[in-house]
Amino acid sequence: MNRRDFLKNSITVIAGLAVPLSALELISPRKLLAQKGDESPVRWAFLVDTQACVGCGFCVKACKTENEIPHETNITRTWVERYVVTRKGKTYVDSPRGARDGFTTDRIDQGEEGYREVKAKDVEKAFFVPKLCNQCDNPACVQVCPVGATYQTPDGVVLVDRKHCIGCAYCIMACPYGVRSFNPAYKTAEKCTFCYHRISKGMKTACVDACPFGARKIGNLRDPDDPVTKTIMSGRVGVLKEQYGTKPQVYYLALSREVK
Amino acid sequence: MVHGEAWTLKELFVYPNEYIYWTIQIVMYPFMTGLVAGAFVLSSLYHVFGIKQLKDIARFSLVFSFALLPVAMIPLQLHLQHPERGIEVMLTPHFTSAIAAFGIAFSTYGMIVASELWFVYRRHFVETALALREKRDKTIPERGRQLLFSALTLGAWDISEQALAKDERAVKIMATAGIPVACLLHGYAGFIFGSVKANALWTTPLMPFIFICSAVVSGIALCVLSYIVTMEVRKLMVAWRRKSDPSLPTPDEIRTVEMYEVTMTAKYLVLALLAALGLELLDLLFRDYAKFSSWEIVRSLIYGKDFVNVFVIQYGIGNLVPLALFLLPRLTVRRAVVATLLVLMGVFMMRWNLVIGGQAFSASFSGYMHYELPIIPHDIETFKEGLLGALLVGVLPFIFFWGLNKIFPVFKCEDTH
Repeated sequence: MNRRDFLKNSITVIAGLAVPLSALELISPRKLLAQKGDESPVRWAFLVDTQACVGCGFCVKACKTENEIPHETNITRTWVERYVVTRKGKTYVDSPRGARDGFTTDRIDQGEEGYREVKAKDVEKAFFVPKLCNQCDNPACVQVCPVGATYQTPDGVVLVDRKHCIGCAYCIMACPYGVRSFNPAYKTAEKCTFCYHRISKGMKTACVDACPFGARKIGNLRDPDDPVTKTIMSGRVGVLKEQYGTKPQVYYLALSREVK
Repeated sequence: MVHGEAWTLKELFVYPNEYIYWTIQIVMYPFMTGLVAGAFVLSSLYHVFGIKQLKDIARFSLVFSFALLPVAMIPLQLHLQHPERGIEVMLTPHFTSAIAAFGIAFSTYGMIVASELWFVYRRHFVETALALREKRDKTIPERGRQLLFSALTLGAWDISEQALAKDERAVKIMATAGIPVACLLHGYAGFIFGSVKANALWTTPLMPFIFICSAVVSGIALCVLSYIVTMEVRKLMVAWRRKSDPSLPTPDEIRTVEMYEVTMTAKYLVLALLAALGLELLDLLFRDYAKFSSWEIVRSLIYGKDFVNVFVIQYGIGNLVPLALFLLPRLTVRRAVVATLLVLMGVFMMRWNLVIGGQAFSASFSGYMHYELPIIPHDIETFKEGLLGALLVGVLPFIFFWGLNKIFPVFKCEDTH
């Protein structure tokens, strides 16, 4: 074999090898193995006890601090709604600044319409309902993202890739729960992540830790011994807006029919 | 201040994160895409169905459709929070999203229009390039033009009878292929809205068809209007130039607005308008009859807060009045101008009532949001998503058309009757 042939053959062999090798890179064996295995051992779910919530707003404040959402901006990853139902059957709802500072007045914030006074004797019932991302099993926001910047992790949490999000707001439009917004600093879609950076390290979410009344709990649905799972499985729980088919994974104890 | 806060007013209970996120640019987007699709459909009436009377306006609307094409994309780009990443919709599309196919629909359509234009104007390119080649003592701009037109021929210099017949066949094929693609492009814009199940006003399978019909309406209206205006302006310009050079043809000698072209296109416009109206009313009737949980708030919006916008401006002044103007006997140019202007306004209001109206109520169904259109911008956001941004988008196609007309002359003299 002369030098010319040797070089020629070497190039052919290298080129020939490059094809199957690049295929190996495309089909990462580790990834493949991970996907082949049974479903993830973890499926995060949230349990809210509306009877325990007093509307103090500590959860909202803790969330903002933990996730670096400026306190003064009017968006929030989680919020608390106040429902006041009168004896005549009228329902009034408000959530001033997402209840960041709790509910400091009896009067109900009606936006441009100002404040509404409801006399104590007219109130039939009143309660608080914390809201956050439902980390749906069938998330509409993930479906509509045109670039795949928002995605679902194997353990069920929906996240946003801030390096990819183009800021089209289609996900915000698609979410029936209104949990999404724009981050004022990053200009990308913003949402509750169940404090993924914490729960994946064995900690609780910031809001769960901040709640003095145990109204918020997080657990693993795939662990039958998890107290949260036990309550969800055996207790009488409800979810929000089931009609959209999104299969929300935030469960509510004592959910009242007035809750929107 | 977070995005949307500058122009959103909230009333009663609205979720804390809810704002009007899709603003006037998203009104402009379906409006402009509709004009593109409609203009193309109009041009195809001549090329595909051989409606000879529409020859003039067909060429006009083909070039106009091409001028509108890039502008259909600009509103989307302007409303993105990260416009620099906009291209990723085409590079890394996520195909479960209705928006992801935009790149494919848009570029397929763009290529079809471009190739059809090329076949229509190939003869002109060759003739212009050859004429310039013959000429001696060329000025620099003339050299540039020669280079440009030679490049535009793409090396196809044959303008024999057979070659031109082949061109004609190609035009027909392109125009035929273009109709479904144009409908797809715009029907798809309708699907982007219609598939949002979280939005009570948008979610309906009729949306793509409503969009296509209203697109044809607006496209034809804009073409007729621009056709009349440009013809009149040309007449005025000729009269003005004649003052200094009496050898030029008199305004009576050059071609003017051909009334039969206007009446003929008006017929198609009326048909499309009736179809659009029918579908929209069917949608409204169905909602009223089915009374879904969202109907209460949607009704309070349509029949209450937005009554003037929906029934007076959109359906009344924007649809019924022009319908009457077109249908009354002895259509005149002046009446056609008024009617087309009203039709355009009506279609724009339809988009407005859909996009802004769809966000005018909270997903909680217990509160409302008002959009205050930023008129005087105080930062880049209120410029982009305010009146000035929308006007910019509205003016651009005419500037492009003016530029394109230098390469694809719409009013060629040899075609004079």
